[in-house]
Amino acid sequence: MTRIDAKFSALKDDGKKAFVAYIMAGDPSVETSLELMKGLPGAGVDVIELGLPFTDPMADGPTIQEAGQRALAGGMTLDKTLDMVREFRKDDAETPIVLMGYYNPIYSRGVSRFLNEAKEAGIDGLIIVDLPPEEDDELCIPAQKAGLNFIRLATPTTDDKRLPKVLENTSGFVYYVSITGITGAAAAEAQEVAPEVKRIKSQTDLPVIVGFGIRTPESAESIAGIADGCVVGSAIVGELASGRKVEDVLAFVKTLSDGAHRA
Amino acid sequence: MNELVNSFMTGPDEKGRFGDFGGRFVSETLMPLILELEEQYEHAKTDQSFWDEMDFLWKHYVGRPSPLYFAERLTERLGGAKVYMKRDELNHTGAHKINNVLGQIILARRMGKSRIIAETGAGQHGVATATVCAKFGLKCVVYMGAHDVERQQPNVFRMKLLGAEVVPVTSGRGTLKDAMNDALRDWVTNVRDTFYCIGTVAGPHPYPAMVRDFQSIIGKEVREQMHEAEGRLPDTIIAAIGGGSNAMGLFYPFLDDKEVAIIGVEAGGKGVNAKMEHCASLTGGRPGVLHGNRTYLLQDDDGQILEGFSISAGLDYPGIGPEHSWLHDVGRAQYVSITDKEALEAFQLCCETEGIIPALEPSHALAHVTKIAPDLPEDHIICMNMCGRGDKDIFTVAKALGRDIS
Ligand SMILES: Cc1ncc(COP(=O)(O)O)c(C=O)c1O
Repeated sequence: MTRIDAKFSALKDDGKKAFVAYIMAGDPSVETSLELMKGLPGAGVDVIELGLPFTDPMADGPTIQEAGQRALAGGMTLDKTLDMVREFRKDDAETPIVLMGYYNPIYSRGVSRFLNEAKEAGIDGLIIVDLPPEEDDELCIPAQKAGLNFIRLATPTTDDKRLPKVLENTSGFVYYVSITGITGAAAAEAQEVAPEVKRIKSQTDLPVIVGFGIRTPESAESIAGIADGCVVGSAIVGELASGRKVEDVLAFVKTLSDGAHRA
Repeated sequence: MNELVNSFMTGPDEKGRFGDFGGRFVSETLMPLILELEEQYEHAKTDQSFWDEMDFLWKHYVGRPSPLYFAERLTERLGGAKVYMKRDELNHTGAHKINNVLGQIILARRMGKSRIIAETGAGQHGVATATVCAKFGLKCVVYMGAHDVERQQPNVFRMKLLGAEVVPVTSGRGTLKDAMNDALRDWVTNVRDTFYCIGTVAGPHPYPAMVRDFQSIIGKEVREQMHEAEGRLPDTIIAAIGGGSNAMGLFYPFLDDKEVAIIGVEAGGKGVNAKMEHCASLTGGRPGVLHGNRTYLLQDDDGQILEGFSISAGLDYPGIGPEHSWLHDVGRAQYVSITDKEALEAFQLCCETEGIIPALEPSHALAHVTKIAPDLPEDHIICMNMCGRGDKDIFTVAKALGRDIS
């Protein structure tokens, strides 16, 4: 059982929805993003998605693209990202951390070495956007063997025929991408997403978390209401980018998590 | 060379791999789309009416077959091997790119797609795509790095004349790889009506195989034409490599003719060294995953992708088609690099000796010919792929030669 599994089981016992927050490691600096990360659990965040910067984030909209570029320009690396996690773990042994990014930095490090380092640093799960089930041998299977969750995206184009394949080697939770599009694009309406979540839940016992396009406490509440929780990324990253102080960004995060937890 | 391999023409496997290279490294949203594309392509490939339509348009719209031309004065000047040029620069729109575009657009029409997107660097693939879309009345959107939009104004205007929308890409550093990222982002967003027409043998499976198959008309024609001209196969075939489509097109039909030496020429920019001011993925990069496939890439120690550098906008790509990576590793083809300076010299030599203004891309292939031909015997036959004409490059060349023609 990973920290992710434990968290979802505790939320279930409490009858609560999960609030997942995405931030980019190293944006705009290690210090600032670490300060933000450390504040997330206190702002009601149940699971942290930590973005690993990459030069070519094909599934991301401008907000997260630019965050990654700022991080890279500031000298962010895979090692420094793992160090951030180690630092975070010094005072927080419970909040699950999911590393989210693209495959090449991991492939470049070497899969088995990466998995050892990630596990040791305190990472619990991986979301790797450019590894569909067809490439499960690359990282998904080795990650599960190493005791890390591999969280898969399901999307509106994942039809019933394909869904079992997508769910097959998924663990931790299923991330339902509510729109066809990139991060930060317009949100889907809860009533449109609801049947899709139901469709996925009919084929898996894993929690289904919905993301992409959620920017306000209201939509966090309505989306979390029809799923097991929701993810907010671009809206938080955008707040930080607009020059807000970390404490103000955390206050904003609190309004989002309150929204999700009301559901 | 790997003697255990019986045929070099059987790839890719069902996972879209050429050895360890290739594959389908895309987001889940796109995965069903590329599976559908694969299915439709596999079907079209064995459908005679598909190829009949291609053949008709290749002949009457593109102007195929392109000539195989004996470069007599160049051969004399070099004083060694006989040099032939495959004249794909005479195609409609001035390069080999249209061979592939035609195939993909016919497929898109069969699939009922009404909106075509493409990425372009120098603008040649963008122009070819805009051209075929105009011919069929399809909506066309071309993603082009903002930096390339600046340096390739004539092609931008051409695309607009042809009715395409040209989107300058400012994400990342505004070059070809960023244009490809934005095209993929568009596709992820517009999954129902949009067909992504990729311009080279890269991207997720089935693109590398499909684009290769469409470009293979080049090598097939060379086989026949060389038989007519010389009664035998060439000894050496040479092509320039950006993503590698004109090269795969020439090489593929010769892969199992072990007596034919195959040479791919990458852009060496200012020189293939630690400064990384080049685009030689095979000679100066290492394997990684980008744009849907595993292949050799220019990248730093942390797996971040580097920008290439080349005087030729069409070679300015940090990756290379996965089949080339495989041919490189198994030793069936040899890959070398040519610097900007060497390419410019070959460009001028070609103008002066043959009355052909080549594009800067094939000038790289020609530069390598000028290096090896003098030391080869007179009965050695080299065929290089003259895959594009140089009209688009005269401003770049003038600037590099220090002449003002504005
Ligand atoms: C004339 C010409 N040759 C070569 C290339 C490089 O592409 P590829 O390596 O796919 O043939 C381009 C690309 O724009 C081109 O315009």
